[in-house]
Amino acid sequence: MTSAAPAGSELQAPSSKLDNAAIAERVIAAHPTVAARSSDNGQPYLLVPPAEIVRVATLLRDDAALRFDSLMDLTGWDLSKYPATPPSSDLVVAYFLHSLAHRHHLTVKVQVPREAAEVPTVSGVWAVANYFEREVWDLLGVRFAEHPNLKRIMTPDDWIGHPLRKDYAYPQSYNGVAHLREGQRFEPPPAPKPAAAAPPAAPPAPRPPPPASGGGAAAP
Amino acid sequence: MSSDLAIESAGGERMRINMGPHHPATHGVLRLIVECDGEIVSSATPDHGYLHRSIEKIGECVEWPMFVPYTDRVDYVCAMNANLAYCVAVEKLLATDKTTAVQVPRRAEVIRVIVAELNRISSHLVAVGAMSMDLGAYTPFLHGIAQREGVNDIFEKLCGQRLTYNYITIGGVGFDLHTGAVEEIESFLAQFEKEMIRFNKLITTNTIFRDRCAGIAVISAAEAVAYGLVGPNLRGSGVDWDIRRDEPYGIYGELGVRVPVGQGYAGRTGKVGDCYDRFIVRLLEINESVRLIRAALKLLPPAAEKPADPVGGFQADVAKALRKPPKGEIRVRTEAPRGEMGYVIVSDGTKTPYRVRCRTGSFTACSIFNKLMKGIFLADIVTVIGSFDIVVPEIDR
Amino acid sequence: MTEIIKPGNDEQVFTTTVDEFLAWGKENSLFYLLFATACCGIELMQTGGPRYDVDRLGMIPRATPRQADLMIIAGTITHKMASRVRTLWEQMTEPRWVVSMGSCANSGGPFSKYSYSVLNGVDKYIPVDVYIPGCPPRPEALIDGVMALRERVRKYRTVGIRDKDPHVVQGADCAFGSHPGKASSLELGASSPQGPKA
Repeated sequence: MTSAAPAGSELQAPSSKLDNAAIAERVIAAHPTVAARSSDNGQPYLLVPPAEIVRVATLLRDDAALRFDSLMDLTGWDLSKYPATPPSSDLVVAYFLHSLAHRHHLTVKVQVPREAAEVPTVSGVWAVANYFEREVWDLLGVRFAEHPNLKRIMTPDDWIGHPLRKDYAYPQSYNGVAHLREGQRFEPPPAPKPAAAAPPAAPPAPRPPPPASGGGAAAP
Repeated sequence: MSSDLAIESAGGERMRINMGPHHPATHGVLRLIVECDGEIVSSATPDHGYLHRSIEKIGECVEWPMFVPYTDRVDYVCAMNANLAYCVAVEKLLATDKTTAVQVPRRAEVIRVIVAELNRISSHLVAVGAMSMDLGAYTPFLHGIAQREGVNDIFEKLCGQRLTYNYITIGGVGFDLHTGAVEEIESFLAQFEKEMIRFNKLITTNTIFRDRCAGIAVISAAEAVAYGLVGPNLRGSGVDWDIRRDEPYGIYGELGVRVPVGQGYAGRTGKVGDCYDRFIVRLLEINESVRLIRAALKLLPPAAEKPADPVGGFQADVAKALRKPPKGEIRVRTEAPRGEMGYVIVSDGTKTPYRVRCRTGSFTACSIFNKLMKGIFLADIVTVIGSFDIVVPEIDR
Repeated sequence: MTEIIKPGNDEQVFTTTVDEFLAWGKENSLFYLLFATACCGIELMQTGGPRYDVDRLGMIPRATPRQADLMIIAGTITHKMASRVRTLWEQMTEPRWVVSMGSCANSGGPFSKYSYSVLNGVDKYIPVDVYIPGCPPRPEALIDGVMALRERVRKYRTVGIRDKDPHVVQGADCAFGSHPGKASSLELGASSPQGPKA
């Protein structure tokens, strides 16, 4: 009925668990265009060119040593206000994978330009990607090529714009009904944080000084 | 049956029925566009977004601690677990830089587990109660609600709210346990266990109920993994996976969580991964939560004078760290009653998050609906929806 | 106005007006539509549960609007949902009553400030009789709101003059105007970065 488990995950994990470096080595050996990177706070990920993603995804799922059988999350974000070096206005699509067989994790990212945001769909590899990709298309505006049903999922079909982009303009009204109440003053989201504010100097301090206007508009 | 019934000819012998967004059995505002051939469903397409409240966008607009009340509203049936998921994620983000790392007091960690498991009990009570109500048995639902009031009473004394608690904070919990809380919880658990025996006599072993659930909407383990099912829905298909045990956060690693999995409990007509298995897994998880709360109460260290005391305190000082959190991103998974609640948080080093992404169990559960409902009876749709325990704001956010 | 007349032989006869008699019946049998969208729906369920038990006020949940007198808007109404709420309200038989439960239905609540998809107050689509504040309101608050509504129902006149009746809303008189949803128009702010939907 129940399976008792020893305390701690390390005792549980099978010996076939690979660390991130070993996974990256294995993927890059098969696909040399894939790059192993890490985020600003040291979280490792694989950066995959958009055209390669389906082949890489199939390898990740089917390779006996990798066997990433579950896509735990697929999401994206807009880099245009992110203080990256160098500044970029691209959109990121991130795939968070997990292997139930081997109990290891992997983060895969794809970066696409916002004007031509298109990534091939992985819904043929993991069935759940169908829903995740519809959500990313609806909210972030990344097109997934050859997706079986790429329709808006959260907002109505006639909605304009992709809300999670950083330059999204809030609607004034929908269906003829004003968005705000009479007399309500619209308080916009915090003022854009200048992406260029990130100083390329001072490598020991990874965080940029907070921009003067950053978040100031959020205070009531 | 459906209040919003729109029947139109869909060619041939097919009939298209619009189920929802207002329908008593869809647990909120889920809409299903059902096409059926007589009584047999040939397709059921879910239509979402009727409760899309742009919570992820709001996360980009408010400061780090101000987002905690919104996590309550992501999943209000288990608001404590929703709070916990976000707070654990932010703490993990802060821990990626040595200068901002916060040490959650030991007492706060134990309190978190106690309240999260209490909330899991009350959430599963709504799940099993609502499922039996959908199948026509109203009384078990009332029994579930009556027991839920007991949990609500404890939480109300603890933090002043009955439903959306905003209790777990980044770096600890909002308030220490109130006087007499331990005794209250123990006496609640004692009477609750007796009540569950009555509940099981009433509905779980009921032949009519079991036969309506047995063998319906069977999901194999491989399908469940491919369609991203999580939590009790995944375990109902026999997959032995629980984040509390396999990737423990907080003090779950010390408690030795035992994980029930589906085994075809309905007997002769049942199969592993049918609706009855998902129902039973929830009931078994309630028992496990009772055990975990008792174990956690034994670990509770005595309260200290200072709130920020690393052992007996309840709230670490995080104000400075949250003004300048590390730049970068984190992904954290926690086990909520409806399965994995994972947060992807991107920080640009300022006092507001850059991107907050919440991955919830109900959303991915809906992705299998169309596949699962092909070929079942129209009346079994409510069984399937009930067995998945979906909560609509978790789908739409 | 109700009088008790004793014609003798211990018999009692009540005399009243038709209006008062009907109002008395309506007041004590406010069947409500089982309509819950979000968090407040759980509190609505628990108000109907064993501890608070609104059945004792003659309030019984109905699954279809055709049988309901009262619509309790329990939860957030989004732009996508709003026209459906209006349809449900139109399907209810007159006289119909609306209780807006919780801050979201009243004014958008915590979502009014930064959300792009939440309707800031259900009264933009349907007329509301009683507003109950809270996020979510306690069951006691909901019952208090229902008692306030019962006051209103008691004063309602069925055979009296109807053109002053706030609940008989026809065409352009209603808060919103004609039925929304036909002329779909999403107007954006001055700076629309994206074009129309692709």
